[in-house]
Amino acid sequence: MSRRKTERLLGLVVCLLSTRRYLTADQIRQAVPGYPEQDDLFKRMFERDKEDIRDLGIPLETGLNHPFDDDPGYRIRQQAYELPELRLEADEAAVLGLAARVWQRAALEGAAAGALLKLRAAEESPAPQGIEPRLGTPEPAFGPLWEAVRDRRPVTFSYRAAGRSEPQQRELEPWGVVNRHGRWYVAGRDRGRDATRVFRLSRIAGPVKFCGPAGSVAVPDGADVRELVRDWDSVPAREHTAVLRVRSGAGVGLRRHAVSVRADDSGPPGWDLVTTRFRDTGSFADYAAWFGPDAVVIDPPDLRDAVIARLKGALA
Amino acid sequence: MSAVVTSTERLQRLLALVPYVVSRKAVGLAETAAAFGVSERELVDDLNLLWCVELRAPDPYCPIDLSYEGGEIVVSQAESMGRPLRLAVDEASALLVALRMLADLPALEDRSAMSRLIAKLEAAAGEAASASAQVAVQVDVHGDGTEGLAAEVQAAIADGRRLHLRYYVPGRDEATERDVDPMRLLVVDGRPYLEGWCLRAEGMRLFRLDRVLELAVLDQAASPPPEAEPVDVDQGLFRPSPDDVHVELELSAGGRWVAEDYPCESVSDLPDGRLRVMLRTPDTGWVRRLALRLGEDGRVISPPGLVAEIRDAAAAALANYVALAAGSPRSPA
Repeated sequence: MSRRKTERLLGLVVCLLSTRRYLTADQIRQAVPGYPEQDDLFKRMFERDKEDIRDLGIPLETGLNHPFDDDPGYRIRQQAYELPELRLEADEAAVLGLAARVWQRAALEGAAAGALLKLRAAEESPAPQGIEPRLGTPEPAFGPLWEAVRDRRPVTFSYRAAGRSEPQQRELEPWGVVNRHGRWYVAGRDRGRDATRVFRLSRIAGPVKFCGPAGSVAVPDGADVRELVRDWDSVPAREHTAVLRVRSGAGVGLRRHAVSVRADDSGPPGWDLVTTRFRDTGSFADYAAWFGPDAVVIDPPDLRDAVIARLKGALA
Repeated sequence: MSAVVTSTERLQRLLALVPYVVSRKAVGLAETAAAFGVSERELVDDLNLLWCVELRAPDPYCPIDLSYEGGEIVVSQAESMGRPLRLAVDEASALLVALRMLADLPALEDRSAMSRLIAKLEAAAGEAASASAQVAVQVDVHGDGTEGLAAEVQAAIADGRRLHLRYYVPGRDEATERDVDPMRLLVVDGRPYLEGWCLRAEGMRLFRLDRVLELAVLDQAASPPPEAEPVDVDQGLFRPSPDDVHVELELSAGGRWVAEDYPCESVSDLPDGRLRVMLRTPDTGWVRRLALRLGEDGRVISPPGLVAEIRDAAAAALANYVALAAGSPRSPA
């Protein structure tokens, strides 16, 4: 951090805020201390300063005071700069405090705190008791992807798809980030595949890099990132029926969603026949294997074989 | 505050500092430093910097006048800096995304405050609010029956009533019965939890709402003991304990999801996309079940006792199938 630079930027902002007329670069150089004498040095520094204050969201305007002026001038309109007066009721301020806490220790924590300071709500908002919401962003990819979405920039990253042993390089025009069931996803157009794709942030290996300028990504009208992620992660209906023999007193999870449970009178005592619905063989076999010797799949045969394969794998 | 602050970050703080003081007329140094997350020395340096701003043309003048005598800051002249800069995109998004997430929670009774606030913020933020539409958080309380539970828990907390739970523990495949004095409803990473004093365990416990089989609000008043301290959510929900068992697992590419879904103490890459992970847990029952589920996609390396347990469980389960295939309905062990 350079104190001199901060002083100069502050002077620049105050100067441009207090003028109604557009000030030319030259007038600014005279009014704001800290700019170098040499023209080319000044020009470079001034360009950087303009960019810096625009990055802060300060609405720096360019224009001419008179149509015949040669050089453009600059100003910051007070009205465009200022946060509009915002009167919050006590209950609104309380909810605001709660919302700002959501990001504690996560990527947007600083942004939330900054907003709260501006809204003057920090100290007068005893947040509602008894509820504590938090959102984590442990994936390092969150920060750069949020910036990319915000600034509409394409990105490239290395991605390891589920079950794949080698990661692949992907180039994405990101449309949005979504948290579903506590997991972060990014959706957008995959340039390499020229198709809409959803990626899970925890499977991004290594850094996310920008590969194009800000504003170069167009989000198509009607693109609903929530829906894209929901479809990608969608669970099919429970269309299939399984019959299991489940030890009495065990298999609570299996019984919880069962269609029917009855004592199994075809065998030794101590077992029930549980009929339940399931979505797909793979994930239900995973679930049935979880119960080990307390559950035996009787039907259908492919489900039974899938469970046996898992048990053999665990034994090997 | 971190030691590395860029010039623009500091400028941002200075621009926020002036309106902060102006809107309060006078405010203490210590209080202000705390609000901005800086030391008092850094704050005084900020104030000096503001006070020293000078513009030279057309006539030299100092736009900002302030004092902090006796530890109290007063800004007597702020020029055009008296109001805060409008919300930046990140700031507006952080609040709006969080608010929309909260609005999704069925447990919050005060929805009207929420929607009024969202409308006010959207109006105040203007264009800066639009990027927030590109971030969405879906809270896991819909369609799995926890919706009503969250509201019941919230009401019980508000009324100070004890709850009776029938609660499913998947790792032990057990439905447990317990009385709980509810203290908070946590919504962490989109999943709702009840936090409360469990009378059976005589300790603070977290209960995932999607694992609550039954819930009854009792007539008794909740009376958690003084030592019932809520967890510091910001330190993570699940804290390792000295009694934990260390479990080492090797995962194939097909089992890598384990490292994403369970908190691992360490994760290291092996050839062919395989992983070695270290977990710590107070109860290895669920790891045994996980190993059966993973089949050849995962292998527990240690501790040896758990390795043997898994082998025995797999063998016993397979014996059931051998018996089934032999057509003897009588034989499951």
